Amino acid sequence: MNEILWISLEALIKAIIILSLLLLSAAISVYLERKLSAWIQLRIGPNRVGPFGLLQPIVDVVKLIMKEDIVPNGANKFLHGLAPVISLAVAIMVWAVIPVADPIKIGDHIIQMGISPNADIGILFILAMTSVGVYGIALAGWSSNNKYSLLGGLRSSAQMISYELSMGLAILSIILISGSFSLSDIVNQQFSHWGGFRWNIFIQPLGFLIFLTTAFAETNRAPFDLPEAEQELVSGYNTEYSGMRFGMFFLAEYANMATSSAIITLLYLGGWTLPFAPSAIGLEQGTWILGLVQFVIFAIKIYLLVMFFIWVRWTVPRFRYDQLMRLGWKVLLPLALLNLILTSFGVLFINH
Amino acid sequence: MNIHLIAFIVLGILAIASAIGTIATKHPIYSAMSLIVHFFALSALYLTLQSPFVAVLQILVYAGAIMVLVVFVIMLLNLNEDEKQTIRIQSRNSFGIVLAAIFFIMIVTFIMSNPLNQPNSTNVYNLFTAQSLGSVLFTKDLVAFEIVGILLLSAIVGAIVMAKKKLIN
Repeated sequence: MNEILWISLEALIKAIIILSLLLLSAAISVYLERKLSAWIQLRIGPNRVGPFGLLQPIVDVVKLIMKEDIVPNGANKFLHGLAPVISLAVAIMVWAVIPVADPIKIGDHIIQMGISPNADIGILFILAMTSVGVYGIALAGWSSNNKYSLLGGLRSSAQMISYELSMGLAILSIILISGSFSLSDIVNQQFSHWGGFRWNIFIQPLGFLIFLTTAFAETNRAPFDLPEAEQELVSGYNTEYSGMRFGMFFLAEYANMATSSAIITLLYLGGWTLPFAPSAIGLEQGTWILGLVQFVIFAIKIYLLVMFFIWVRWTVPRFRYDQLMRLGWKVLLPLALLNLILTSFGVLFINH
Repeated sequence: MNIHLIAFIVLGILAIASAIGTIATKHPIYSAMSLIVHFFALSALYLTLQSPFVAVLQILVYAGAIMVLVVFVIMLLNLNEDEKQTIRIQSRNSFGIVLAAIFFIMIVTFIMSNPLNQPNSTNVYNLFTAQSLGSVLFTKDLVAFEIVGILLLSAIVGAIVMAKKKLIN
């Protein structure tokens, strides 16, 4: 019983740390989005609050909290309140299985860097959670009693269901190569060959492209932001939301972006590893300094990808809905199947 | 009290309560939501039985795919108040009662004939990994597996044919 208590306490502390880091990273992403979009459009961007406008996200959050929370007439109050909670909860829950560095040793204790990074089902858990995330948006659209919201919600659900298939097939190819569902194993597999440089992006370039595209679609970001296409649907599924409920959707979007970047990093870009052994720069396996360095490397990789997400949003125009569906079903799905078949042949050939 | 028993009681109550909620609520979307809660409770029960693979498949397939489509259909139909009144057919009701009674007797006899104990969790863990399930599906039960595949394919083709027919008319 005592042991269970300690394990729960450890998990709780890790969860609090990861949650605060995730919220912080969402705030940084919002600032980055505003600043980068301003640069791309030859504007200055936020520069009033704090040095270089760095405190802008905090002011944004305060504004959202102070605003009146409006529930439209004729809306289903219970589901209207529940929908943003589902969206945000799912975005956060994924981090239960994401490792951020190699395990570190303090005394006799081996501390895993992550809440449960050794879970046998890591990548499947992430797939399951993303598929549950559809409810948040779909219910938000339906419960608002507004045609624009409903259309946004339906579009988003259809889009997420269509692109989930290709995403799953791209992940299957990775699982075939690494032979494990665990994210730690997948990262270690990439590190242990070719002197630490056998990142899956080099042996799975097609899979990487497919996964990247579906990640854009799953996070509802441009060029796949049809659920919130302003010109057509006002603001899509979150039209009828205000105050902190809207803030939760907003937060979930940026948390999802960080999560997708983290998954891409873990699956294709070698996770927290650099292409040489940590002892080459004088860091020993299992020390907390190495853990910290690896976490920083992981965070830098994530942020480069987040910046890529933002860059694409402000440069690529939105798809039309039929183009989106054609791309999902007629291009990405066959390509993902082809990639899976080629990978299975490759794995068979190498193993025999 | 050991932690397994506490988890089992809490999750069991949640599972049964949400299952009752599924058939007791009038509003179809609340039914769907309670069914989703039920799937999550079941999945957590599988976790306490040391079968994370089955647990995550439960969420991935049922809560993540099938129920999304059900919710989708409910939203598109957008039932209004008078349509929600269920049509009660007496013969169908009594048939349901007979069926439920038979099912109940089956469950009771099954429970009575077996001693009440939890399965040994170390054995379960090796039974339900992706590897062992895969090797069973592709060796011993290969024929059944392929037949299920063809059945599902024909169901999809059938659905497309029926939907197309509607479009032409």
